[in-house]
Amino acid sequence: MNKNIILIYAEITPDFYIHTVVFELIQKAIELSKSLENPSIELIMLTPQGLINGYKEGFENNGVDKVYVLENEKFRHYSTEYYSKTIIPIIEEIQPEIFLLGATNQGRDLAPRISSSLHTGLTADCIELQINEKGLLAATRPTFGGQLMATIICKNKPQMATVRPKVFKPLENIIKKETQYIYKEVNLSSINPQIELIDIIKKAQTTINDLDSSDIIVAGGKGMKSKEGFELLKDFANAIGGTVAASRGAVDIGIAPQEIQIGQTGKTVSPKLYIACGISGAIQHIVGMNNSDKIIAINSDSNAPIFENCDYGIVGDAFDIIPKLTNLLKQKKYKF
Amino acid sequence: MKILVCIKQVPDTTDIKWTEHNTIQREGVESIINPFDVYALEFALNIKKQCNNVHIIAITMGPPQADEMLRKAIAIGCDDGILLSDKKFAGADTYATSKTISQAIKKFSPDFDLIICGQFAVDGDTAQTGPSIASKLDIPQVTYVKSIENCDEESITVKKESDYGIEILKIKFPALVCVLQQDNEPTRPLINGIIKAQKASIKTLNMSDIELNSDDVGIKGSPTYVSKAFRAPNKRSEKFICTNCNELFEKICQCGVLNNE
Ligand SMILES: Cc1cc2nc3c(=O)[nH]c(=O)nc-3n(C[C@H](O)[C@H](O)[C@H](O)COP(=O)(O)OP(=O)(O)OC[C@H]3O[C@@H](n4cnc5c(N)ncnc54)[C@H](O)[C@@H]3O)c2cc1C
Repeated sequence: MNKNIILIYAEITPDFYIHTVVFELIQKAIELSKSLENPSIELIMLTPQGLINGYKEGFENNGVDKVYVLENEKFRHYSTEYYSKTIIPIIEEIQPEIFLLGATNQGRDLAPRISSSLHTGLTADCIELQINEKGLLAATRPTFGGQLMATIICKNKPQMATVRPKVFKPLENIIKKETQYIYKEVNLSSINPQIELIDIIKKAQTTINDLDSSDIIVAGGKGMKSKEGFELLKDFANAIGGTVAASRGAVDIGIAPQEIQIGQTGKTVSPKLYIACGISGAIQHIVGMNNSDKIIAINSDSNAPIFENCDYGIVGDAFDIIPKLTNLLKQKKYKF
Repeated sequence: MKILVCIKQVPDTTDIKWTEHNTIQREGVESIINPFDVYALEFALNIKKQCNNVHIIAITMGPPQADEMLRKAIAIGCDDGILLSDKKFAGADTYATSKTISQAIKKFSPDFDLIICGQFAVDGDTAQTGPSIASKLDIPQVTYVKSIENCDEESITVKKESDYGIEILKIKFPALVCVLQQDNEPTRPLINGIIKAQKASIKTLNMSDIELNSDDVGIKGSPTYVSKAFRAPNKRSEKFICTNCNELFEKICQCGVLNNE
């Protein structure tokens, strides 16, 4: 009997680690596979230097059945041309039912290129995946700036979807598998690259990693008014053990860098605690942080929409409240 | 140099109203040019400032009213407009949309150098129409493009912003780029631009003009369909709003996330 393959794209970061979103997708795939007959969880990985950095351990402890390994020096930097032309024939060969990618910049560049070539559908930026009563992938995603949810079905195969990092949780317990590794021939000689990489300016690692892994995020908006306002947030974040983020309102007036923007055109985060200071709560901001466990809002306007989207709120001047909270934290009056 | 800019008319998503049945109220909602497509137009106009002999065509698939949006594009400096309009195009997903647009390009503008799209559309926010068009035309693409570094008759060098940093890429024509927010002030229509826009003849094409049939376009040509649409639930129903710092601090402590060394 044919296997029902759920294939996952194993994105590798520039420092050659497997992107955390891959493990989140594996976990979801395992959940989906329970509703499929004869399922197989498989990965496709493009690497310049084989299986390093404990990749194998990562796969074998996370219930992966099979990994397609494609090795070539040209995979050192992501390129739409090389990557899509390598992946498409493999998908045609193994014919997965479902193909999932992280909705990272890379995934969102690659996925439509592949789905379009394979004449199949793609649902971007999903927040939920399920198998429906007909055995098809039902992919739910926000539209209209996060206000309307749409569940989308794909008539062709593979049924493709991308999911943002941090939307699903990675596996908590180890699921041991004897992962099979399939090394595939890579031939890129027929590709005449039209795009030349001239330079790369790597981002300071801290901003990316901290926001992704932080349990506590202290976000400031236009209401923080100035760089000094953001200094108050930094003190507060240090005292509470959190990382500073921003709304686009703050980025637009130049008091915070774009890298730390949260929202539709910024990052999606899901910390345990998100503290929004001087942020009005526009829907484009909410979609980037609504997955947080708890949200606290600090805003001087009791009618601000952020109060509709928080668990705890305080109406008042952030310039008064934040130093007070910082002091309370410093005095370590709290017990847990 | 011939540049095509793909633009889309979208409802103003910052101003969504709901009916009693929790569906989106479509009447009376203002249509705007997708903000990212405005950036795409700005990007094209920036190339025009830097290079000679640049001809910009704005292209859209939409209802007959989208004609007005194309005229706005001409008023700020585009040279021509193409409107793909046919009742059969309705309900297209990104696959069918990109098929329709790429087919029109093949038929009516195959000699383009660069296609520019906005990175996202604010209604669907799929970010996939641009790459799908590039795939159908078999040309390279660069997404998340922030700015132009350099430009000549054969290539454009751009700055791309990705999760991991900034890349400077030189792209040989023909190619497609998807652009992010542009930092310059939006171009205002000029008086002679407005006059030109009023006089312009927008090329309007239907399904048979671009030699597609009804299995290729609209709902029928779409591999995906929406099985259910519903209002996003508010997960936070029990709220605690106060005005006193100590009370809020209590709540923070109860969250169980503080490390007390
Ligand atoms: C296509 C598109 C994409 C977008 N993407 C994003 C995105 O990714 N992320 C994002 O954040 N936004 C995004 N936006 C913008 C979004 O619509 C809002 O404009 C933005 O989030 C507003 O930022 P803000 O809340 O900081 O500013 P404002 O809306 O100006 O709110 C400032 C708030 O601060 C409060 N305030 C003022 N002074 C004080 C004080 N002393 N103490 C306490 N509170 C005070 C005010 O009451 C107000 O509520 C996008 C918009 C569009 C159209």
